[in-house]
Amino acid sequence: MTALLIRDLRIAFRAGGGFGLGLAFFLILCVLVPLGVGPQSRTLALIAPGILWVGALLACLLSLDRIFALDYEDGSLDLLATAPLPMEATVTIKALAHWIVTGLPLVVAAPVLGILLNLPGPAFGWLVVSLLLGTPALSVIGTFGAALTVGLRRGGLLLSLLVLPLYMPTLIFGAEVVKRGAEGLDTTTPLMLLAGITAGSVAALPFASALVIRINLR
Amino acid sequence: MGPKGAGQGVELIVEGLGVARGGIAVLEGVGFCLRPGRALVLRGPNGCGKTTLLRTLVGLQPPLAGRISMPSESFAYASHADGLKPTLSVAENLAFWAAIFGTGAQGVAAAVGAMNLGGLMERPAQNLSAGQKRRLGLARMKVAGRPLWVFDEPTVSLDAASVALFAAMVRDHLATGGSALMATHIDLGLSEAEVLDLAPFKSRTPEQGGAQGAFDEAFL
Repeated sequence: MTALLIRDLRIAFRAGGGFGLGLAFFLILCVLVPLGVGPQSRTLALIAPGILWVGALLACLLSLDRIFALDYEDGSLDLLATAPLPMEATVTIKALAHWIVTGLPLVVAAPVLGILLNLPGPAFGWLVVSLLLGTPALSVIGTFGAALTVGLRRGGLLLSLLVLPLYMPTLIFGAEVVKRGAEGLDTTTPLMLLAGITAGSVAALPFASALVIRINLR
Repeated sequence: MGPKGAGQGVELIVEGLGVARGGIAVLEGVGFCLRPGRALVLRGPNGCGKTTLLRTLVGLQPPLAGRISMPSESFAYASHADGLKPTLSVAENLAFWAAIFGTGAQGVAAAVGAMNLGGLMERPAQNLSAGQKRRLGLARMKVAGRPLWVFDEPTVSLDAASVALFAAMVRDHLATGGSALMATHIDLGLSEAEVLDLAPFKSRTPEQGGAQGAFDEAFL
């Protein structure tokens, strides 16, 4: 299992591997929003939690179709399916690799971009916590979407259409944590719900993804 | 001898197997027995279902009918595609599969020797020629260290010397109690290999009284 994780990370960090694409997209989005909205710092502070969360979500979405498409094209997905590693483990590792390559950099970069959007001071901690709790769900749900569309030509758009509705609960509670944090309110309830969504998807979705991959490989 | 497992041979028994591609039955009533130390070559015209049969045997798709009997985790499968990662070096590609199959550095060393990859270890797989990629793909089988090897057109894009190298690797595998099942058009010079022609097993269409249930498979 570690071998697969190391392999996927190595491929991601080499030329053309896609590391940093999501991060760069997130950065550009957060730079564009103040340019579009204008320099009213009160408006920006109001919309910052939502923008940061939507940005993180779209940045995650950007690299989803790579999770299985490359392995499918060069035949390694067939070989992995016949290898001693259970498919459930393979999809879990794939989701973990996607989170390390895409989700984790977003968590690290978000506070810096929060400054650009004039995010209120008390919200910074909550932004990091909510992203740290929420982005694994984005990767796992996205892996499920990628499994559904593996083998389809130009499946990227369909993948986005399938996955975005599934991202809604994570977005709602993630942004709510930051919003409440910014206003100094209690964040326990949305934080618990966010953690629950992540725990639920991490526990259940790998089985669904593995099943879907096996069907798609037929 | 392979690093692990190749010593104890396994028996593959196939009885009355029917397979379908894209929801259409292509073969039915296929039956054979592959014993340790033996090789079986599948022959048949293009599109007759060789690849589909192999994919069914390795569990990538369910059979329509019949029975496949072999010990679990006893085979290694080489498909049309080599499954190489272009940005990883030859050594990294092999080390990955060695880790997956649990054969370690010993498995890699055996494979490098068998397919003559010694001079290419540090090259990224994307810079290899088609024949070299194929050799690397075939070396993966040695790395896997499984007693039953299943090949789909293993000699595509190989030159004569590499085909000989491949034949020697298979012969060595057979000599140590392994077995090999391959779909190929090329004569590998494996005189001991039995040949199974798949043409007689071609599935009849429903109008001719053939199996009907195949259609559902496409929707499952």
